Amino acid sequence: MITVLKSALQTTVQDQGRRGLRHLGVGAAGPMDRLSFSVANLLVGNPPDAAGLELTLPPARLRFETPCEFALTGADCAARLDDQPVPIGRRIYAAGAQVLHLSAPLHAAIAYLAVAGGLSTPEVMGSRSTDVQARFGGLEGRALRAGDVLTTRAATASAATARAALTAAAATTPSVLLPQLGEQIRILPGPEYDEFEADAREALVAATWIVSTQSNRMAYRLDGPLLKRERGTDLRSHAVFPGVVQVPPGGTPMVLMADAQATGGYPRIASVIAADLGRLAQRRPATALHFALETRAGARVAWQKQQTYLQRLRRSLLQ
Amino acid sequence: MTALRTYWLNEYAAALETTGPLSLENQRRFWHLSEQLRSRPGVREVVPGMNNLSVELDPGAPDPDGLLEQLKSAWHACSAINLPTRRIDIPVRYGGTDGCDLDEVARHTGLSAAEVIRLHSSALYTVYFLGFLPGFAYLGGLDPRLATPRHRTPRPLVPAGSVGIGGDQTGIYPMASPGGWRLIGRTERTLFDPAATPPVLLRPGDTVRFVDAS
Repeated sequence: MITVLKSALQTTVQDQGRRGLRHLGVGAAGPMDRLSFSVANLLVGNPPDAAGLELTLPPARLRFETPCEFALTGADCAARLDDQPVPIGRRIYAAGAQVLHLSAPLHAAIAYLAVAGGLSTPEVMGSRSTDVQARFGGLEGRALRAGDVLTTRAATASAATARAALTAAAATTPSVLLPQLGEQIRILPGPEYDEFEADAREALVAATWIVSTQSNRMAYRLDGPLLKRERGTDLRSHAVFPGVVQVPPGGTPMVLMADAQATGGYPRIASVIAADLGRLAQRRPATALHFALETRAGARVAWQKQQTYLQRLRRSLLQ
Repeated sequence: MTALRTYWLNEYAAALETTGPLSLENQRRFWHLSEQLRSRPGVREVVPGMNNLSVELDPGAPDPDGLLEQLKSAWHACSAINLPTRRIDIPVRYGGTDGCDLDEVARHTGLSAAEVIRLHSSALYTVYFLGFLPGFAYLGGLDPRLATPRHRTPRPLVPAGSVGIGGDQTGIYPMASPGGWRLIGRTERTLFDPAATPPVLLRPGDTVRFVDAS
């Protein structure tokens, strides 16, 4: 049992999200940074679809009412369990009545907390993820607030796995478990890419983009040069997916994120590749980023590399 | 002759669309195609839009590069069947606090409020596809005389069940949400229930009639 003493700017219950429901207007939800979320579940021996907490822009404070094992990944929030420092990317044992403190992260935006067994909020349409827009899933379809109590499901992993996790993860922490923020975000040209002015296409990859404070789980707005579409007619409504970079008539691009609505109508200049969407999600408001063009084949290779890393980590934890 | 266009949306998703005038006949074919593609292995999402269709593959799907060709050949092999048509009546309380923009729509269209209600509730609408919000149906068939531009600034909160007009479209807000459409009435019917199977009241191909329950 976990009590929320202080929520981050937004704290939600998330699992891998909903699949195959976009034609009903139901979005995926799920973690903004899938890689960090998946690693957290692996570290505590959970199946990939177990539910955990997404803490966007801590500080936050949680109390473990009953003994449990947990792991933190994503943004490094200089966490402490009571007064003991808690490294990220490790499986940690919490006795009952211990308080987990997360400070404001210096570099990334989102921390993930997995507890052995996973959170036991009810499944809605095949997922425990919170859809904060449509207000279902998670805890009462909303972000968590102080006083909320979450229960966990029985842990499935053995204690032996737990000990192994400590050593295996220790070796990989610096390179992979921390969100890598310094690199460029790779994009593919979108269906309306060629309809934008040459200056706009150039600016897309040359400009320094600043993550707007008006960003949320639906979309990250990017401040920078305005992107003008040279030609083209109004588009008929069409499906959109997380990663799509829409440019409304005002010219400020928006990257659709995990809570992207199912359909839209704005021109699509680009799409962030799946492997980099989590790194984009980890950019704090008012920080800078750059885009670089990638190929579809390169994008798939990047995704496969992440999957291979997760499989390797999983194997090393099971040894 | 319908011209076809296919294109990539990202490394795992592509779209197929018909160009030329909006066509209900083509939309029927997209509905049919959606149902066929949904059951294919490696397909994660199939989402019909307005005379278009998008398919997202599982990252591990075989031959992702063949997707554009597969979409084209599936379209050519697919006929425009009529889905089993369901007719759904939506009782609406028009005007008053339930439809606070009814008078504005009347002013804009030069019709009386009673005439707006009569025209809106006498047409038969077709559900083209769902999107925007869970269970939100894009309806074709609004009388062109009722077309009214959206509010320039969306309302922060439109109550669930609100029936609105946005440009040449009409629709029902399945849940409370921000929204820019002109609200002319409200229904008690549940458009979206996450605990129900299916969770949505309206589905592509359904015929909808609004019934004046003011």
